[in-house]
This record gives sequence, C-alpha cells and structure tokens, in this order.
Amino acid sequence: MSNRTFTVMVFAIAIAIIMASRFIPNEYFFQAAYTVLQFVVLATAWNILGGYTGYVNFGTAAFFAVGAYSTVFLYNAFQAPLVVMILAGTLVAGLLGLGVGYLTLRLRGVYFAIATLALAVVLYTFVINWDYVGGARGAYLLQPREVPFGFARYTHLLYSAMVLMTAAALAVARAIETSTLGRGLAAIRDDELAAESAGVPTLRLKLFSATVSGALMGMAGTTFPYYLSYIEPSSAFSLSYAVNSIAMPLIGGMMSWLGPLIGAILLGSIQQLVQVTVSSAWNLLIVGVMLVLFVTLAPNGIMGWVDAWRKRKDR
Amino acid sequence: MELSTALVLNAIIAGLLLGGLYAAMSVGISISFGMLDVVNIAHPAFIILGSYIAYIVNDRLGFDPILVSVVLSPLFFALGMALYRIYYLCFEKRGQESLRGLAFFFGILFITEVALVLIFGVDYRLVQTAYGQTTWRLGAVDFPLRLVVPFLVSVTMVVSVQLFLTHTFFGRAVLAVAQDQLALRLMGVNPVRVKELAFALSIATAGVAGAFLIVIQPVQPSIGREFIGLAFAVCVLGGMGSIWGTLLGAFVLGLAESFTSTFFGPSWAPAVSFGLLLATLAFKPSGLLGR
Repeated sequence: MSNRTFTVMVFAIAIAIIMASRFIPNEYFFQAAYTVLQFVVLATAWNILGGYTGYVNFGTAAFFAVGAYSTVFLYNAFQAPLVVMILAGTLVAGLLGLGVGYLTLRLRGVYFAIATLALAVVLYTFVINWDYVGGARGAYLLQPREVPFGFARYTHLLYSAMVLMTAAALAVARAIETSTLGRGLAAIRDDELAAESAGVPTLRLKLFSATVSGALMGMAGTTFPYYLSYIEPSSAFSLSYAVNSIAMPLIGGMMSWLGPLIGAILLGSIQQLVQVTVSSAWNLLIVGVMLVLFVTLAPNGIMGWVDAWRKRKDR
Repeated sequence: MELSTALVLNAIIAGLLLGGLYAAMSVGISISFGMLDVVNIAHPAFIILGSYIAYIVNDRLGFDPILVSVVLSPLFFALGMALYRIYYLCFEKRGQESLRGLAFFFGILFITEVALVLIFGVDYRLVQTAYGQTTWRLGAVDFPLRLVVPFLVSVTMVVSVQLFLTHTFFGRAVLAVAQDQLALRLMGVNPVRVKELAFALSIATAGVAGAFLIVIQPVQPSIGREFIGLAFAVCVLGGMGSIWGTLLGAFVLGLAESFTSTFFGPSWAPAVSFGLLLATLAFKPSGLLGR
C-alpha cells in the first residue's frame, strides 16, 4: 500500500470514528479514549526515534509539557484558537528536539538519553519559576463556551482533535518507516559506524528523527491543558509519560508503526481499568513491571511473537 | 543582595560540603558507567532505597544512619551482583544493551520509586542524629555538622575506592576491563566476573550515599530522578572513569549549585547540573580529567 493511500485511509477511519462517537452517550468513554489515544501518539512519536533510529528518549514528559505549556502561554497571551495552539506547540517541541539533538546526538547515543532525562528536570524547574504560565501553583484555562462543528461539549471537540492527531502521527510514522529515510534510520540503528561509512548522512537523519519525534510528543500535549481546564507542573511533567511511551513500543514491538499502536491500546486500556478498579499508584507499578518483564523476556514484543508465529506457519 | 565576604565564604563552604555528597552519589556511576560501560540510570533509585533503609533502622532502633548504611552495605553489594547477572544474561550477552538495557534500568528505577511510594507514601522522611542540630562557627562561616560528617565519610569512601582500584589486584582487573576485555580474557581472567563484582561495589556505594543524603536533607521517593542528571553530570564533567575526576567534578558542581542558590534562589539549583552537563558535552566531552 502506498503511503498516500495509507494516509487517506487512516484519516477516513479517524473521521468515521469521530462520526460514530457522536452516538455514544457515555461521557466516561470520551475521557478514557482521549487518554488512550494520547498514549498512542506519544508511543508512536517515541518509536520514531527509539524504535526506528535506536536512540532512547527519556524526556517524553518534557516534550509533552512543552506542548502543553505553549498552549497555556498562547491562552494567556491572546486566547489563540485551538488550531494555532496545536501547531505552535508542535513547532516549539520540534525545535526543542532539534536543539537537544544538535547538542548531544553527535556523541554516543547514551549521552542523548541522559540529556533527555535531565532535560525534564530542568524544564520543570524553569516552569516552576515562571509565573506567567502559573508557576508551581498551576494555571486555569476556561474551555470556550461556544463549541464549533456542532459538538455537544468542548471535551468532545478535544477528543476528536486527538483522534485526528493520532491519525497524523500514524501516517507520519508509516511514511518515515517505508521511505528511503526510514531505511537510513534503520541502518543507523543496526550499525551506525557502517552506515556512516556507507554514505548515510547519519547526523542529519538523527536530527530529523529527533525533531519529528519531539514535535509529535509536543502535539499530544497541546490539548492537555484545555482537557483538564487546569494544569500544574508536576502533572504535566509526570514521569509516567516517559515510562508509558517507552513501555508501549517495547511491549507492542518497535519495528513498525503497528507495534506502538498495539502496545498503547493494550497498556492504556489496562491502566484505565486498574485506575477505575484499584488505584493510580498501582497502575504505574503495573506499567513498570510489564516494561521490565517484556524487555527481559520478550525483547521483540507482541509483534515479535506474531512474526515468529507467521514464520512457523510458512514452514 | 549585598555581596559580602561572609556570604561568599559561606557559599564556598556549603558548596564544598555539598560536593562531598555529590561525590558519594556519583562514584558508583563513575564505576558502572565510566569503567564497565553499564549505563545504570537506576543508580539514584538505589541511593533513595539506601536512604529509606537508613530511615527505618534509625526510626525503629535509633542507630546512626551512616553507621547503619556501612554495616548493611553487603546487602547492596549482593543486590548489585544479582542485578548485573540479570543485565548480563538478558542484554549484554545478546548485544542489546544500548536500547533495551537502558529501558530495563529505567523500569527498575520506576518500579523502585513507585514501590516506595506505595509503602511509605509521598511524605518527606528525615532522621535523628546526635550531631544533626550542632553547627560549628569559625568567624562568620558556618560548618553545620549534618553536612560536615557526611562530607568526611564520603571523601574517605571515594578516596578508598580510588586506592582500592589502583592498589589491589582486583582493582587493577576492573581498570583493565575498562580498557580491553579481550586482553583480560586472554590472560585467564573472566571479565564478566570482574564486572559483576565491580558493579556490586558501585551499588554498595549508592546505599551508603543514600544515608548521607537523608542526614543532609529530608527524602521522598521521587527525588531520585533529580539526581540522575546530577550524578551523570559529575561523571562526564570529571572525565569518564576517573575517580579523582569525579571528586573534582562533584566539588565544581557543588560550588556552582551553592552559588546559584545563594544569588538566584534555591529553586534554580536543579537547572545547574543540566547546564553543566550540556556545556561539557558540547565543548569538552572528555571531561576535566578524562583520558
């Protein structure tokens, strides 16, 4: 399937889902679905750098929060329309990815990983000290009273935006994966030195992938402040974003766009269940334990099982 | 704010004393990351674990936390051995340490933190020590003993690690692993065994550093992450695999943080380590005393 066909199909499915959701009377569905889809975007974004290129980003929360806080900034500055906020947050987070990548991707991969870990702490410190976006106390954002496109509530609009963002993230991930670019990234992942000597422009490709990955993570965060009507640094910078966005591709499988999608839907739904039935601290523990179990015992994730099963059937 | 001599002197002393703590926190990473090439980002989680164990024993039995941590360090040693075993079998042996190994340690960090939250809650815990309330004064300069005691023990620990590495057979084997594993194998030494014991040593130092930490400040499960950037910053700044460099880097970072919190407010201090880390990576990746 060509990428254009795939993109058209993904967006067609997304619009169909948005249309069908109008008939769902249950408010909880929109909340749960929003959260799960947000994880699909984050996991897909992480996988562009982590799975395709082989560089670990521990700073998902930082990119997510940059997207969220750019929305807060634009809200305080001139109540910008939602589309502008989404585009602005995506752009700023992409630039952050480019900047961090430029400083650390020239060195060994592990320095990038450590820098992203520290990045979350520093941006957190920065936001806490920045009163304009609410500082440590947090900021309130009122959802606009008029809801466009005939949605019953503003939350439904945000949910629909998240469905479209998911479609966009999947289309971008698939396009990268199947293009020459994706093959270049895979070469870096498998053997960077060999790729470099074979003429692959490694630094440029790595920067590209860090930028796209960061931008998509930021995009997932842009609607977050409106969604809760309130934002504070410790929830926007929560480590659970980082853990989830690493665990989901690892559990699903990192080689294709399908892996993070499967992992995020699976792990996201389990967490929604546990959060309702037990408590949110336990659901974090479950994510951590599943991450460690999968990475030690099933390093290729669920898609790895599927591939192994297919191979056995062919024989 | 007036720039008085006393203020500057106090900032220098506080920075150096803080540097002692940072050296203890980073020396383990200097071993595991700098020498063994094991990127143990879960190191701070073991520091916090050490803090909590010191806290429990201190709370129930009233023993001195630092003494407790030294006595219990074999426990951390054993934990480190077990952890390296798993890491070796699942990642190093299969050549998957770069991505999955990192994710593994990240998972360990996260599980430890969440487990501590589930058991102890998110309240800050602190310990009672015989010297915690005492402060020596030398002119206008303060020497709070809750900083001085960990400083002295920490510097002793770091210097003994360095002497151990350079003056014993096993220590030299560790340094050899860092340089050439194949050569070591050809000489009849099993590099995996050497790495296992050296990694265990690094975790043992984390446990002791945890006791220093809780003597100096109240501890809460999630503060561990703040020290990841810090500990790696110290190692990279000092120069990979150099213990003297780690000590020097720790003092530089302690001074930088102390001056930042004195002149810009303590809420900016966490940003200093990242700034230093990025600056080092960008301008002098080999560090101050790197080879």
